[in-house]
Formats: sequence, C-alpha cells, structure tokens
Amino acid sequence: MARRERVAATGSPVDLVERSQVMDADDLRRAVVRIAHEVLERNHGLEGVVIVGLQTGGAPLARRLAAALAEIEGVEVPTGTLDVAFYRDDIRLRPVVPEAATDIPFEVTDRIVVLVDDVLFTGRTVRAALDALTDHGRPRAVQLAVMVDRGHRELPIRPDYVGKNLPTGRHQMVDVGAEGVDLGTVAPGPGPGPGGGGG
Amino acid sequence: MSIGPHLLSVADLGPEGIAEVLEVTDSFVEVSAREIPKVPALRGRTVATVFFEDSTRTRLSFETAARRLSADVANLSVGTSSVAKGESVRDTVQTIDAMGVDALVVRHRSAGVPHQVSAWVSAAVVNAGDGAHEHPTQALLDCYTLRARRGSLKGARILVVGDVAHSRVARSNVWAFDALGAEVCLVAPPTLLPPSLQGWPVRVSHDLDAELGDADVVYLLRLQRERQVGALLPSVREYTRGFGLTRDRARRLGPDALVLHPGPMNRGVEIAAEVAEGPASVITEQVANGVAVRMAVLFLLLGAAG
Amino acid sequence: MRGPTGVLVRGGTVLDATGPRRADVAVAGTRVVGVGPDLAAPAGWVVLDAGGCVVAPGLVDLHTHLRQPGREEAETVETGARAAALGGFTAVVAMPNTEPAIDGAEVVREVQELARGACCHVAVAGAITRGRAGEALAPMAEMAELGVRLFTDDGRGVQDPGLMRRALEYSSALGVGLAQHCEDEALAAGGAMHEGAWSARLGVPGVPAEAEEVMVRRDLALARRTAPLGARLHLQHLSTAGALAALRQARAEGLAVTAEATPHHLALTDAELAGYDPVYKVNPPLRPESDRQALVAAVADGTVDAIATDHAPHPPEAKELALDEAPPGVVGLETALPVALQALGADIGAILALMSWRPARIAGLEATQGGPVAEGRPANLCVVDLAAPWVLDPARLASRSRNTPFAGRRFEARVRHTLVAGEPVVVDAEARR
Repeated sequence: MARRERVAATGSPVDLVERSQVMDADDLRRAVVRIAHEVLERNHGLEGVVIVGLQTGGAPLARRLAAALAEIEGVEVPTGTLDVAFYRDDIRLRPVVPEAATDIPFEVTDRIVVLVDDVLFTGRTVRAALDALTDHGRPRAVQLAVMVDRGHRELPIRPDYVGKNLPTGRHQMVDVGAEGVDLGTVAPGPGPGPGGGGG
Repeated sequence: MSIGPHLLSVADLGPEGIAEVLEVTDSFVEVSAREIPKVPALRGRTVATVFFEDSTRTRLSFETAARRLSADVANLSVGTSSVAKGESVRDTVQTIDAMGVDALVVRHRSAGVPHQVSAWVSAAVVNAGDGAHEHPTQALLDCYTLRARRGSLKGARILVVGDVAHSRVARSNVWAFDALGAEVCLVAPPTLLPPSLQGWPVRVSHDLDAELGDADVVYLLRLQRERQVGALLPSVREYTRGFGLTRDRARRLGPDALVLHPGPMNRGVEIAAEVAEGPASVITEQVANGVAVRMAVLFLLLGAAG
Repeated sequence: MRGPTGVLVRGGTVLDATGPRRADVAVAGTRVVGVGPDLAAPAGWVVLDAGGCVVAPGLVDLHTHLRQPGREEAETVETGARAAALGGFTAVVAMPNTEPAIDGAEVVREVQELARGACCHVAVAGAITRGRAGEALAPMAEMAELGVRLFTDDGRGVQDPGLMRRALEYSSALGVGLAQHCEDEALAAGGAMHEGAWSARLGVPGVPAEAEEVMVRRDLALARRTAPLGARLHLQHLSTAGALAALRQARAEGLAVTAEATPHHLALTDAELAGYDPVYKVNPPLRPESDRQALVAAVADGTVDAIATDHAPHPPEAKELALDEAPPGVVGLETALPVALQALGADIGAILALMSWRPARIAGLEATQGGPVAEGRPANLCVVDLAAPWVLDPARLASRSRNTPFAGRRFEARVRHTLVAGEPVVVDAEARR
C-alpha cells in the first residue's frame, strides 16, 4: 500500500536505495503454502470462506493463496479484489485515485472473508478495507493475511496470518514482488514520507 | 491529477483529463451497482447546486452523485423566483461560498457564467451548462457510454445532428470526441450551424441520408420548437423530414451503429419513438452513466484538497 | 470661470493645424493674449511648466455619455467633465440617451444648467426622434435655438429608412448635423459580441458585421439624396471593413459625410472576450484583427475624420452580470489620447487633428475649440507630455465608473495641464476642482 501512495505522490515508481532481499522466491512460496494450511486449520476447511485481495499489492498474493488452497483441498475458493481509495481517512492529504475497480462477484454476507495484503504497516488501509467490506454486506468474520508485518501500527489492527515479521525503521520501505521481498531505504525525493499510510 | 481546480470546459480538459475521468468512472459504476451505492470519500464536504436555469434531471443527477460520495448537498434553484434577472450573480455565489461549500455546480442560460463565478469564489466550480457554450459532464458521460459499448473512439465516425448553433452539448462533444480521436461530422441545415466553424475539427454536411450508412455513432440534438421564431426553420416538420432519425433512416444504419441523445427527447421530431427504444439506442445507458461520471468529477475535484 | 489673473504656459512646443513652433503661451481672462518664445510672466500670474511638452488646442470629444439625468450612479455632468479635462478634453458633446432622453428644450436646458460649473465645455446633443423611440421626429428646431448643433438617437440607430430620410431633410434647414449609431436591430438581434470565429467557439450570440454595414450603406444613399439640401451626416463609431469601404467609395464620389472611430476599436479585438469579461463588451462590438487593421488604415488615409471616445460609464454591478446580460460600454475620456497614440503609432500632430480641430468643426464648435493657438482665440488648451510613462489603475480614474478595458496597461503619454476658457482645471495631471 505504501508503494501505491508513493507512486501517486511522486508520479513515478519507488526508488529504493540500500536494497536487501529479506525473502527469496522460495521463501515466498513456502510462506504462501504455510498460510494456506493455517487458513484451512483455523476454519476447519473452506466452507464459507472467500478471499479478497487489497489492490494492488494484495491482489496477486490473493490469487496465489487461492491457487495454493485449490492444490491442497481441491476446492476453488471465490476470490475478489478490493480498492479502498474511496475509504481512506487521509483523502484530503494526498491525491489517490483507484488503480483498479473493485471486483467482488460473490456474496460477502455471512462468509468468512480472508483479506489479503502484501504489507501491514500502520493498519489504516485495513481499516478502510473493513469499511469497504461492510458496504458490500455483513461478513460472519474477517481474517487478515499479510506477507510482511513491518510494525508501526497506529490502529488496533492485528493480522491472523503472517508470512514474515520484519522490524523496520519508519523511513524504510518493504517491496513485495513476485520473486521475493526487499527491504530498502526510500530514495530522497519530493512528497510525503512513507509514514501515515500503508497496510 | 490533470483535472481541476474547476471543470469549466471539456476543451480545457484535453485527452489526458478526459481519460482520467473515464477511468475513475469505472470504479463509480461498480459502486453504483452495489446494494448500498455509497462510499465515504467526500464525507464532510458540501456540494451546492446553483441552477440559474432550471433542470430537474441534471440537478438530480449531480445531487445523487454527491450523496453517493457521502457529501452534504445544498440545492439552490435561483432560476426564476429568488434572483430576478439583472441581479448580481456575484452576490449570490459569494454568499453561498461564504457559507463554506466545497463545490458549486452552476448552470446558467448565459455562456461564460461558470467561468466568471470561478474568479469570485474559493470553492471548486463545475459547469453544468452555460448558455450555448459547454456542458462538460454531458460530453464525459457520452464518451463513457460509447467507450463502454465499443471501446476506443479512435477513428470512429460520429455524426452530430441538429441545432449545433445553439447547443452546448454539441460544442462539448465536438471537443471531447475529437480529443479521443473520433472523426466528427456536423449534420444540420445551414441556419442551425454556428456562424463560423473556423478551428473546429469537424466536417459539415447538410445531407443526413448521405452520411448514415458510414456512421458508427449518430448523436441527435434536441430541436427546440421555438426555433421557428427568428426564421431559423420554416417548420418543425421540415426539420424532421430532412434531419430527423426516422424509423426508415434508422434501418439504414450499420449493424453496430449506436444512437445517442442528451435528452429530453422530442419524440417524433429529431428521433422517432421506436428508434429511441430500439436496439441501437443507448440513451438509457447515457442517463445511468451520468451519475457515475459526475461522481468521478466531484471526486477528482474535491477528493484531494489543495 | 473664476481663475487666476493670468496663466503662462512656458517652455513647450505649440502645435496646432498650422504646424509646430517653440513658443510660450500667455493667457489672460478667457483668451490667449500672446504666443511667442520666452514670454515674461507678470506678477500674480500662474506659471505652468510645459517643458518637453506639446501645447495644443484642447481635445474635443464628439461622443460622451454623461449619464445625467437618470443614471447618476454611473456618472454625472460634473464627474464626466472632470474626467474629460484630465484626458485633455476642453469640450465634449453629451449624448442624449439619458433618462429622460434629451429630446426637447426642457431637458436641453436642464443639462446646459448642470454644465454651467463643469470642468470643460459641455455641448448638448439632442435626439433625432422623440424618446429615441425611432417613430416620430423630435423638436429639433426648438433644441437648435438653444444651441444644439448635433442630433443623434445614439444608443440606437434610426431603424426606419423613411423616417431617417425625413430627419435629414428637416434638419438640413437648421444648419445642424445628424449623427448615426449604425446598427440594424433585426440583424444585430441581441448579440453580445462580434459574430465570428470567437463567438461561435464561446457559444455567445453574435452581432454580424452587416448590422453596421447595411445601415451605413443605407444612410450614405440617403445622404447622397439630401446633400443638395445641405443635410449633414456623421457616422459614429465605425468598426467594420465593410462600412469603411462603403464610406471610402462615397467620399471618392464627393459625398461630404464625416465619420468617427473609438480608441478601443483601434486598439482591441474580439479575442478579448475569451474570458467572458463584460468589461470588453461594447456596442458596436470589438471586431476581429482584420477589421481593426482596416480601421487603422482608414484613420491614416483620412476616411475616418475623428476619434471619439464613446465614453460609456457603468457601475460595477452592471459589469458583473453574465456577458449577454451586461450593458455595453467602456469609459474612455482619461485614456483616449495615449491609447490612440499607441494604436495608431502616428505622430502627435496627426492625432491632434483627429482629436481636436476636426471634431471641433464637426461639432460646430470651431469658433471656440480646436485652435489655432493664437492671440485673441479662446484659451482652450491641453499640454501633453509625450514621455511620461504611467500605468492605468482603474481605482484612480476620476470618472465615477471603473469599466475600462485598459486596466494595468502602460502608456507613454500623459496630459499634464488642461486650460478651459483660460482656467487651469488640470495641473500636473491632477484636477483642480
């Protein structure tokens, strides 16, 4: 999420300096599989479970999680995507437009919604996502799955499933890609810093 | 963000501005399709509709758009009763502005008023139609409707038929369609065309029948019956004979051709009733898209305060 | 007028219809008593420094709206005359589209009375038709007896050709002139700007050039017919190439019709309306560049005889209406001379002919206005500094109204002093009263 704001604020992709890889492709794959097992264990199977990935970082992870669950249980879990641009609490502070439309082609009421995001940071994006979800219906439960929990929570939000706990400095950025997870310092530039937003 | 601080004319938006509005509209179409079609994006903001010229439809569309964004709405219909002709527009809008509204949606029978208003207030100004000048959100929703139906407008042959001279919808659409790469042809009797088309990116024809076969889109303008006064037309019937989209003419359209009308329609004049309800017509989609497009405009202008 | 016992205008270059010469000008009472180099000033005389300046006969405006009676919130005879004097004008012809119109002896007397204490001479123009309604002739003879020399329905043109013919015939016996605001109302049809590429783009109803041209051609034909009777026609604020071509041709045939143009039509075009600001709304409207250039050429070749301001004050609320609702008109007395100099790029002698002695003759004021600057002549003079840069701030206009299209413009010439009937009403660019 932080990356998306960075793009919106500066208009160009994030430049990270002093990059170091904290998870490689295999670590990532194993984490997805482990989370899939945890989801199955916690919910005693997939009855009533749906997956919603937060745009844009959580969407590919949501698809990977659904694929992993399909492989383990042989069941296709309904999967959708959610863009929270209209629910942010800092809408006046920075211009953010939705990058992709929300697409939840199934019922959310009375389901167990597993929200998926790449990085959990201040918790504000997840709060916005909870608001957005509520406008789609009344889930029986909402569980949160993130690949990286980097700390610095500003709201009482906690993840149910975590790929990796990664302590970070406020000025740092976590970049979750298809081939791994990098940690770096943001290249100095105009616009607000990485604080005040994020997953 | 390329739109703002006001939306006064499509001509000023340019291709990037138009594209941005259309893209964001997709999200609002999704929101409008929900059971509770509401997002908190503009919570705590106030949108005032200031219509010096009445129009229930457009005002309702803007009002709905604002409410779906959780904004507060104030409607001022200053058209007939409270503001006599000759009373200062400036006084009216500055009073409203002083109450702390975030956006003024202005419609006036005179061209240029929203532009003038933008110099007098600190709120964002949205032009909801000014005389014969522009009606930007109409053009945007028309473009959105066409894009939803046929994808890109690049190279599309669009006929704009009717009283172009007095039409703000025609002007906005000419700029918008051209910005998106379409080829526009104005079809009208000479008296209903502007006195000069210098600088307009259009072809002109006085023969609708000759143009129908190749047209991808037929955009019909409303003919006001009062046009007979001032000798612009001998009669409405003569207009329909030459320029109305009758059932016979509609049959000669290509199989994928689309028919649009900004409304309200004069059935039997510029468009036959059955053509309006026929398979080529996307008129109801235009209206439905209107709210989502206006949500996009309000969100882009107010969603990020400067 | 009460003034000092004498005034010496020292150190300038006198310039009138006879040409330029370095000379001081001595004024006593209401007359010029001496013109020559290095004149001495007797004790008690006021000395006005005209070093580096042109000392000329005062400017005469053929076309000023003083708004009184009826529209005093926009201007009064007093404030308008002050504005005129600051602009170097020693006489103005006041237009009759007041409320009530100046269409009879009573209102003529009322305005003449108001003009008695004014900063410059105010000649009153009478209406051609009663109430300027264009239906019946106004009592021109009774107004002429009071000294009215020029008649016009300005604000409007006389629409009925039959009536205009009779007006020319009737007036020919009175030795007066008729001035026409050439605008065919059926063609103009409520337009708010020139009908053309700009109006089409802006979506604003337009006034076609032909609205002016058809009435000019009509009136030239009528003038041709009534010229042998001695009728005199003057065409106001011409703005279109078509009208100018018709006039040029009529002149070539020997027809003695006079014509005026305004500084704003010489300086500005319809592109100014792009921002929908009613400050630029005038009647006739600002035209495209091609018409503006034709007008500049017509002034240069003498087709247009005079520059007249059409000074038309309006209160701020009036100019804050929508473009098509706002009244047309710009103020112009205080900026006419520098704008004309800028727009025409001509020398000051040519400009003075256009703004002083030729309009004086057209207005029938040549006995007291327009020079020459010579012993015995009434002392109506303006002193112009051609190298005095200044920037126009509308808030500092002396006119009661602020509707100028030249706000913020930088000028190079400024009127330094103005003497009206021997009295220095403007000294060092400031009004004395």
